[in-house]
Amino acid sequence: MSLQVELEHYRNVLIVRLRGELDHHTADAVRFKMEEAILRGGSDHVILSLKGLLFMDSSGLGVILGRYKQLKAKDGKMVVCDVNPGVYRLFELSGLFKILPIHDNERLALTSLEVVS
Amino acid sequence: MNGTNEMRLTFSARSENEAFARVAVAAFVSQLDPTMEELNDLKTVVSEAVTNAIIHGYESDPSGMVTIEAMIEVDTITLIVKDNGSGIEDLDLARQPLFTSKPEMERSGMGFTIMENFMDGFDVSSEPGRGTSIAMTKRIESKKALFN
Repeated sequence: MSLQVELEHYRNVLIVRLRGELDHHTADAVRFKMEEAILRGGSDHVILSLKGLLFMDSSGLGVILGRYKQLKAKDGKMVVCDVNPGVYRLFELSGLFKILPIHDNERLALTSLEVVS
Repeated sequence: MNGTNEMRLTFSARSENEAFARVAVAAFVSQLDPTMEELNDLKTVVSEAVTNAIIHGYESDPSGMVTIEAMIEVDTITLIVKDNGSGIEDLDLARQPLFTSKPEMERSGMGFTIMENFMDGFDVSSEPGRGTSIAMTKRIESKKALFN
């Protein structure tokens, strides 16, 4: 089981859909794809859509935190949606929900970003 | 079940083996009929311990070997994850939430905190220059017990 990264630009928002397993082995690919899309894509904000993410460990927390900092440096926002119970627990334990708003699905996540922008 | 059921697995310190280690331990523990949450907890802590061995123990040198020992005794699983790598100089510091010796690699510093939270028992011993051994236990509240 590896990891697929799907990127979609919608207006000024980059939607990142992760499918599979996010660990140390797959974290670098996520880092580089998102880094480049944020730098070159012209999007202000990012939605991390995790419906298909079956497994994540602290390497995933690291790469998400890294992109959050990258966005914050240019006044962008990051929100997450469709989080499964296992991933939710890791977010909760690490305190990531204090900085990343969570939504039930992509539609609600998009709505929240259009309100803030 | 009488006595202990054991398995031992030794593999190269390569990141592609992280998923293999998770699946192998999950398959071994499946005989206790764990819940999805318990299985996810075990896969997560195996991933954390093996990743630590690879990144910190062996500094990503794939010639190092990582060993996992798993023991099932009645309803409890014990996991030992060992490496013969560089060891940890300051264990108290390493166990602090959010502490990482490799911020440039975007490590979150949450590995030990996750292992302590997801398991019932957690112990780490390390000797600089000799290696690190992490021992963890978890009681599995078997789904079967509901029907007995």
